[in-house]
Amino acid sequence: MQWNDEAIVLGVRRHGETSVIAEVMTRSHGRHLGVVRSGRSRAMQPVLQPGNSVDVTWRARLDEHLGEFRIEPLQLRAGRLMEAAIAVYGVQAMAALLRFLPERDPHPHLFEMLAVVLEHLHEPADAGELVVRFELAVLEDLGYGLDLARCAATGDTVDLVFVSPKSGRAVSRSAGMPWADRMLALPGFLGEATGAAADAQALAEGFRLSAYFLNRHVCEPRGLQLSTAREGFVQATLKALAARSAEFAS
Amino acid sequence: MAKRVTGPEIEKLIQLLAKVPGLGPRSARRAALHLVKKKDQLLGPLADAMGEAHRKVRICSCCGNVDTVDPCTVCTDERRDRSVIIVVEDVSDLWALERAGAMNAAYHVLGGTLSPLDGVGPDDLNIRGLINRVSEGGVRELIIAVNATVEGQTTAHYITDQLQGLDVKITRLAHGVPVGGELDYLDEGTLTAALRARTTI
Repeated sequence: MQWNDEAIVLGVRRHGETSVIAEVMTRSHGRHLGVVRSGRSRAMQPVLQPGNSVDVTWRARLDEHLGEFRIEPLQLRAGRLMEAAIAVYGVQAMAALLRFLPERDPHPHLFEMLAVVLEHLHEPADAGELVVRFELAVLEDLGYGLDLARCAATGDTVDLVFVSPKSGRAVSRSAGMPWADRMLALPGFLGEATGAAADAQALAEGFRLSAYFLNRHVCEPRGLQLSTAREGFVQATLKALAARSAEFAS
Repeated sequence: MAKRVTGPEIEKLIQLLAKVPGLGPRSARRAALHLVKKKDQLLGPLADAMGEAHRKVRICSCCGNVDTVDPCTVCTDERRDRSVIIVVEDVSDLWALERAGAMNAAYHVLGGTLSPLDGVGPDDLNIRGLINRVSEGGVRELIIAVNATVEGQTTAHYITDQLQGLDVKITRLAHGVPVGGELDYLDEGTLTAALRARTTI
C-alpha cells in the first residue's frame, strides 16, 4: 500500500529513541498517522512542527497498518507561527479540533480551510473570524452543522440576530426577542454582514457560539473539554483587538 | 525454542539494561557481560551507587530539579542570583545550561511542555509552583528557556499569560543560526527569526 499527498503537520509523538509518530492532515486521506524514521534528527525536527506543509508518502504492507511516512518539506510556517501567541495557540487549537474527526476520513475542504487560516494567524480579526468558521465547519463535518441562513420560526432570511441553543438554527430579532436571554447571539460576520470586518464583540459572540455547540455535541458526549490552546487563542485574539482599538482611539 | 545460556538473575539484568536510553537488547547484553566480568571493580560499586541514589534521590520541592537533597544543590547555592529564574522543560535542559555556564541564575523545571497529542495539560506541569515562586516576590526576570518547537512556545506563551499582572520581566531565548550551522541547510523559519534578531557588528 502506498500513496502520496499534500499534508499539514498537526503534531508528533516520540516513538523509540530516534523516530516519531507524526499526525498530519492530508488533502485526500484525512487525518492520518504514520511513523517517521529518524524523525527526531536535526534535519527532520524543524520540518515536523505543527503548521508546516509537507509532501507525504505513506507506505505500509496492509491498509490497516500504522505505516511509515516519508516526508519532504513544502512550506515551513512553524518558525513564523512561533513568534506570536495568537498563532501558536491557533495552530494547536485547530489541531486539537481536527482530532475529533475520525482517522483516515477525507475532509478536503477542511484541509483547504486549515491552510488558509494558517496563512492569516497573525492578523487577529481575520484569524478570529476564520477560526470560528473553521470550528463551525468541523461541527458540520461531524454531523452537527448549524443552519444560519434562515429563521427557524418564521423562515425570514433578514435580521437574523439569534441562534437557538436547542436546534442550532438562526432566529430573527422579532421571533427571538421574547426569549432573548436564552438565545445565543449570532454575530454579524456569520450572518448578513458577511464581508464586514469582525470587531471584538462579534468575535467573542462567535467563539461563544461555536464553543457552545462543540461542547454540547462533541466534547461532553466524549467526556472531554475544549483545549487549553483554544482558550489561549480566544484570549490572545480579544486582547490584540482591544490593544488595537486603544491604539486607534489614542 | 532457544536455550537459555545464563541464569535468571543475569537475564533480568540484561532486560533492565535494555530499557536504558541508548541501549538495545544487544548492547545491553554486552554491557551486562562486561559488568559481570568486572564484578568487583564495576558491578558491585555500580549496584551500591544505584542503591544509594535510589534511596536518596528526590524531586526538589522548590524548582523541580532532581537531586539527593531537598531543596536541591542549585536552590541552596548562595552564590546564585535568585532574582533571575531560568524556566526549562526538563532536568537535562538544566544540566545543558549549567554546562554552558552562561548564567548564574536559579532554575525552574516544568517537567515537559503542553502537548495535546500526549495528553499533557497545564495541571501536569510544574507551572503552579512557578507562579507561587514569582508571586512570593524577589524575582526580577524570568527567562523562558524552552525548546524552539510549537509545543515549547505554546507553553512559553501560556506561562506568560498566567504571570500577567505580576511585576516580573519575562524573556525567552533567541532563535537563530546555531554555531557551525550552514545557512543552506537551515529551515525558512529559523532563517527568518535569525534575520529579524540580527545584531550590529
